[in-house]
Amino acid sequence: MGRRGVLRAAAGPAPVATPRDRTGVVRTVLRSPVGATSAVLLCLLVALAVFAPLLWGDRAAAIDTDALQQGPSPAHLLGTDQLGRDIFFRVLVATRLTIGLALLATVIGVAAGLVLGSAPSVLPRWAGRVVTSAVNIAVAFPGLLLALFFAVIFGTGTIGAVLAIAFAITPSFARLTQTLTASVAGRDFIAAARVCGVGRFRLLTRHVLPNIAEPLVINSTLAAGSALTAFAGLSFLGIGVQAPSYDWGRLLGEGLNRIYLSPAPALGPAVAVVVAGLAFNLFGEAAASAAGRRPQPVRRTPPAPESIVDDSGGGLLTVRNLRVTFPGGISPVRGVSFTVHEGEMIGVVGESGSGKSLTALAVSRLVEHPGEVTADRLEFDGRPLAATPDRELGTKLAMVFQDPMTSFNPTRRIGRQLAEVSEVHQGMSRRDALAKAVDRLRAVRIPEPERRAGQYPHEFSGGMRQRAMIAMGLMGEPRLVIADEPTTALDVTVQREVLRLLARIRAERTAGVLLISHDITVVAQTCDRVLVMYAGRIVEELPTAELFTAARHPYTTALLAAVPDLDTDRDAPLAVIPGRPPEPGEIGPGCPFAPRCPLAGDRCRTEEPELTAMADGHRVACWRSESELTLAATGGPR
Amino acid sequence: MTTAVRVRGGGTWLPFARRRAVRFLTSLWVLVTAAFLMIHLIPGDPVRESLGLSAPPEVVAARRAALGLEDPLPVQYWHYLTGLFRGELGTSLISGTPVADLIGDRLPATAQLAVLAFLVVVVVAVPVGVLMAVLTKGGRRRGAELAFTSTSVVLAAIPEFLLAVGLVGLFAVQLGAFPVAGNDAAGSWVLPVLALAIGPAAVLGRIVRVELLAVLGNDFVRTARAKRLPARLVYLRHALPNAVTATLTLGGMLLGALVAGTVLVENVFAWPGLGSTIVGSIQQKDYPAVQGIVLVYGAGVLLVNLVVDVVLALLDPRSTIREA
Repeated sequence: MGRRGVLRAAAGPAPVATPRDRTGVVRTVLRSPVGATSAVLLCLLVALAVFAPLLWGDRAAAIDTDALQQGPSPAHLLGTDQLGRDIFFRVLVATRLTIGLALLATVIGVAAGLVLGSAPSVLPRWAGRVVTSAVNIAVAFPGLLLALFFAVIFGTGTIGAVLAIAFAITPSFARLTQTLTASVAGRDFIAAARVCGVGRFRLLTRHVLPNIAEPLVINSTLAAGSALTAFAGLSFLGIGVQAPSYDWGRLLGEGLNRIYLSPAPALGPAVAVVVAGLAFNLFGEAAASAAGRRPQPVRRTPPAPESIVDDSGGGLLTVRNLRVTFPGGISPVRGVSFTVHEGEMIGVVGESGSGKSLTALAVSRLVEHPGEVTADRLEFDGRPLAATPDRELGTKLAMVFQDPMTSFNPTRRIGRQLAEVSEVHQGMSRRDALAKAVDRLRAVRIPEPERRAGQYPHEFSGGMRQRAMIAMGLMGEPRLVIADEPTTALDVTVQREVLRLLARIRAERTAGVLLISHDITVVAQTCDRVLVMYAGRIVEELPTAELFTAARHPYTTALLAAVPDLDTDRDAPLAVIPGRPPEPGEIGPGCPFAPRCPLAGDRCRTEEPELTAMADGHRVACWRSESELTLAATGGPR
Repeated sequence: MTTAVRVRGGGTWLPFARRRAVRFLTSLWVLVTAAFLMIHLIPGDPVRESLGLSAPPEVVAARRAALGLEDPLPVQYWHYLTGLFRGELGTSLISGTPVADLIGDRLPATAQLAVLAFLVVVVVAVPVGVLMAVLTKGGRRRGAELAFTSTSVVLAAIPEFLLAVGLVGLFAVQLGAFPVAGNDAAGSWVLPVLALAIGPAAVLGRIVRVELLAVLGNDFVRTARAKRLPARLVYLRHALPNAVTATLTLGGMLLGALVAGTVLVENVFAWPGLGSTIVGSIQQKDYPAVQGIVLVYGAGVLLVNLVVDVVLALLDPRSTIREA
């Protein structure tokens, strides 16, 4: 019984479904193979429980003094007991008592658990706390121990065992009710009801309990399976059902006494208990997973790949027609081409979901199964990325990720996390590598680096963690730094420190920097060139110096217009781009920006424009003629 | 921006130790009180129940007086508590020997069985769970995943005493490979340990796999991969220690359940431990013995939980700042 509880604790409470979903849950359960099988088994068990005593009650009770304690035979499939009664029929007939007692214990236990679990939300505060801590203490004890304890109090016998198992279920159910109640209590509709003056008891019965009914029902099914096996355990130990009554546990105990002569009389009831327990458990599991699953939207396949006009290339990082594809033909990155030269800082901007981060992962060979990366050319430092050894990537390619809070391993000291780069790739000893880590921490201006190196990530501030992450990249000799939203999680002053640090690395080491950001002003301040991404493609590439004067693509101009500056009218509403970017699966033919574009024409909706060179270092993917775009850029909504 | 408020973690240990100690002592007190009240909650007269209806009233009265049952309840409670501090757990109604001696006699067999079974659980479940996580990462090898999940679900759903019966039927009776009962020979350990270990191992293996898969989706694992560490280091050095918290928390619950499971398994194998003793005592209505053994089992479970929390705090410094 304790074990099932552990699994359920691991899975967490099943999610709450809205009433409309509930019929769907039942249908999903019956459609899954496990759910259907266990449902059929449960029906069979109920049928046996109802009909077996009527059909075979006499044969199960018939005493045959000529056939005492026989082994299995065609006449007696599982043999006979010490009075010559047929064990097979006794197992069938015992279904009623076994299932009935298990359900009775479950109902009592669940009811008591519900009362205890919801009591804290109705009782006065201090009484609620007493109940909660009592439940917390009781939950720590395994169910079997509680059952034994209560079996002593209630006395051995059927009623005592029912109550013992019921009260052994109670604490875990009370805990579950408390957890679920707490999760619902924070919802808006509860707050609304409270504001409307709905009383606490009515709030509980009318608003809270109906919304947690589904996980409670699912867990009751699982509890019934546990109650069944626990009951068998008590009867088997001789403290449950007493003769002349018999359930599976009692038959099992009788069978075990003579297992040396014949295993069948013990194994028969054992199998019955296992099958019935499994039927309840699997049905509960199937229902839980059905309740947790939500229908997936159908995805459309994107249009065929498209070639990109190739320019000379030959930089530090050369990317041509890069695509990242996921199962189902979804491509969040669709034919991206760009080059990063030595000592150059390139910015990539775009809204969330434009494929920026995935591009960064793809060019650093970090896309994992089932994602698939293809490219006409993908070269780093003059060598195909796929053929570059890990040792070289580990020292020459530095990554800085968005969230410094989660990007360090919380269980290892910062110094060690830096040092392992040099240990693994440069063959340094632990001591030397740690000394180098301290040195690098000093280089990124972390105060007291010796002490800091011995600390865990949670002892660092966000800005320090991001600088430590950069220091980690400096453990090798970085040629390229890929920084994916390195400042998004930081406040403005810390942002600037991190950007300055990146600029310094670029200047001192002539390293290339690929800076990914959704913030076009950050990119404008620090980068040489800007790549604007939309729906998995580059829609415009231009030098930063021309960003405010010569941006052509309506998306770029809209991004720029959305940035407030000192001239912005404070009383006017903030400029936004209407609509939202398409999901990778929803991209149809035509320019993906067309639905949001003020300049979109017929051609924009049917045919996707290619990225075409406009002037030196300026490329744009848009059908509108140059004059129209220029007009839009200067006379736009700025 | 959050500033680094905790230096060296030293500031979090003391409150953690205090909080955990209070919880342990409270639970222990509740356990002791429940064990004390157990005898008084039994409907009717426990001595009469124990000695039977035919016992003369003088004998019952004398036995009640000897047990101190005639004193007021608070006085009895006080005697019970002070007795516990002197290591006294009362006297068996059946054999007349001190319950503490009885427990001292039987506890080692049970403790050895539980510890050995738990070691088997850990040694099997952790490597299997890690291996399955690595093999099935990112939705690979659906077949292997299905086979592992369904096998472990079925194994975990079979209660230990039924597994014990099945193992006895197959290996002891049919094949004659191991003794059916007792703990005399080395071979007699195999089946009880297996019966206790298989279910929890299946559950723990599943948990390790699920937890490790969840950890593999974390940003810091991507960082470790970005450092181009060998896969071995990514899994064992960076991922596994972060799956330890959940694994150990649930492992502690499993160990608690395993301790209780010895009661049933000992009865299948006629193992001379506390589990077979408590069942005999319940059937014979030897209440002081039951009371003492329940107390020992309960304290064992509480101790397991305490040890798990302390080990957790040592392995994962963050767990000391998490609220209980």
